[in-house]
Amino acid sequence: MARKITYQQAINEALDQEMARDESVIIMGEDVVGGTGADGEMDAWGGVLGVTKGLWAKYGDRIMDTPISEAGFVGAAVGAATSGMRPVCELMFIDFMGVCFDQIFNQAAKFRYMFGGKARTPVVIRTMIGAGFRAAAQHSQCLYPMFTAVPGLKVVVPSSPYDVKGLLIQAIRDDDPVIFCEHKVLYTLEGEVPEESYTIPFGEANIVREGKDVTIVALGRMVHQAMSAAQALAKDGISCEVIDPRTTSPLDEETILESVEETGRVVVVDEANPRCSMATDIAALIAQKGFGDLEAPVELVTAPHTPVPFNGALEDLYIPNPAKIEAAVRKTVEYA
Amino acid sequence: MAAQLSVEDLLDAYRTMKTIREFEDRVHVEFAKGGIPGFVHLYAGEEASATGVGMQLREDDRIASNHRGHGHCIAKGVDVKGMMAEIYGKKTGTCHGKGGSMHIADLDTGMMGANGIVGGGPPLACGAALAHKLKKTGGLAVVFCGDGASNQGTTFEAMNLATVWQLPLVFVFENNGYAEATASRFSVACKDIAERAPGFGMPGRIVDGHDFFAVHEAFAEAAERARSGGGPSLIEHKLDRFFGHFEGDNQNYRPKDEVKRLRENACCIKRFAAAATSEHGISADQLAAIDAEVGALIDEAVAFAESSPDPAPEDLMTDVYIKY
Repeated sequence: MARKITYQQAINEALDQEMARDESVIIMGEDVVGGTGADGEMDAWGGVLGVTKGLWAKYGDRIMDTPISEAGFVGAAVGAATSGMRPVCELMFIDFMGVCFDQIFNQAAKFRYMFGGKARTPVVIRTMIGAGFRAAAQHSQCLYPMFTAVPGLKVVVPSSPYDVKGLLIQAIRDDDPVIFCEHKVLYTLEGEVPEESYTIPFGEANIVREGKDVTIVALGRMVHQAMSAAQALAKDGISCEVIDPRTTSPLDEETILESVEETGRVVVVDEANPRCSMATDIAALIAQKGFGDLEAPVELVTAPHTPVPFNGALEDLYIPNPAKIEAAVRKTVEYA
Repeated sequence: MAAQLSVEDLLDAYRTMKTIREFEDRVHVEFAKGGIPGFVHLYAGEEASATGVGMQLREDDRIASNHRGHGHCIAKGVDVKGMMAEIYGKKTGTCHGKGGSMHIADLDTGMMGANGIVGGGPPLACGAALAHKLKKTGGLAVVFCGDGASNQGTTFEAMNLATVWQLPLVFVFENNGYAEATASRFSVACKDIAERAPGFGMPGRIVDGHDFFAVHEAFAEAAERARSGGGPSLIEHKLDRFFGHFEGDNQNYRPKDEVKRLRENACCIKRFAAAATSEHGISADQLAAIDAEVGALIDEAVAFAESSPDPAPEDLMTDVYIKY
């Protein structure tokens, strides 16, 4: 039965249900228990934002605090995954990939291929992405394009409480390494989520809103910005189709191309920096495979080619917003 | 000590050391002839280390290795013919020709992979040890690092994590005096790598890595500690490599006669054979029989590798994912 819970509660519920179902599912990360070895309450934090709160009481040693040494514990999660466990490893912020990337892209991502198809590395790396918390340049990035560029990794960018639960359960059951990117601004977002366990397959985009004039492709938090723009544009008679790919690797090319075939006009919205982003990737896809359907150039709405600024007014300028998306849509519609 | 080793154990140990040596000497020759592509890093000279450790491992124990990994593979029981074919890049190789010398892995025998990244293995070995701990198998993991990897942050992180989590893990540092061309006396800030162990809350021992019996004894203690829940240990094997960092390395950073001298005076196999025949009742004929057997095996492995097919063009695209 569905009831309204938050994105954050949906993540907790997915972890809880999978840990109950499968003993090989373990969790590790900084403060995922929160308080190990300290004199106060055990399970004090339950994750830096409380996402894993309550799991220690149920699963004890299967959820482990780690030292702040991401290369060490991400690598340990990868090693445990090749040794029969299904670790869900929390890399607190995706920005911290800088100190542990080797263990992800040279180790986890390559084992299957490099070892001639004989490795199985079912590790999930949960990590927070996105700007909007005034958390500045090293705690706010959307680095999923970097992971998407690596063969051997799967990359998930859920946009709603329903999706985050189904995609996380899928990620845990998946036998390949998965980078699971949770937008921190969405943690408090409420939505209908079934109580029972369910999965959402990777590589299947969600058509969040149907429309006939313009296709908007957006990911993560940007889906909501795109929906706001689409609602405003509807009042002026412009009908937007909003597509959420949900996973950037694999990418559901077909749903995007089918929509472009109908609309002929596309705006791609991506909170990542513009160069080598999902925006450019999807634009290239459409240029290559949907060129004949286009009636206007593909418009991109992305963050600028800058780090994320601290100052609130600047950060707000940095993040793609409904007004920018609306302007881009109008530009494609007005293109002769 | 040696008392725990039966004649059969000793013959097995000799066979493993000899197999590693013959394998590496032969790869050296075949590489020079141009038959082997890419980079190879040979283990000759260090056989006592892999063997003294490897023969005490259970099948489900796991090892993480490094660039210089052929010896570890052989000591853990990876098929020698498959390894040779892999080094040749052939379809019949351990990794179907898609890994090569730096990535030979065989998870079925507990070999988690050589590694092209210096310091790549220690965190992975923590994970394997964690799996043993959580599953209460009594199993352990071993990570082999060189003096080069002893300076990597991943190694320090793994040593800290191993103690914090009390993992059944043994760090074996094979200090051959050179990280690529740079001497460890320059690059390792302390005199002995083993000195770092107390800083990470684990015991550290320095062992003569040319001495199979010393290696065996030290690892027996570390393994017992790991299996009984006592946590990680560090062992530093002081040893030497008989070839360059990689094949093709002219080794002009080493004194001219160093390798010749080492082969004469610091050969772990010669030393083992002398002890085996003088103290353990093994005859020279028994060793000669093993030599012949190993020689035939390596000939067979090279013939197998040379006659094996390359991967098919469509293999380029396979095994990136289990399902995509």
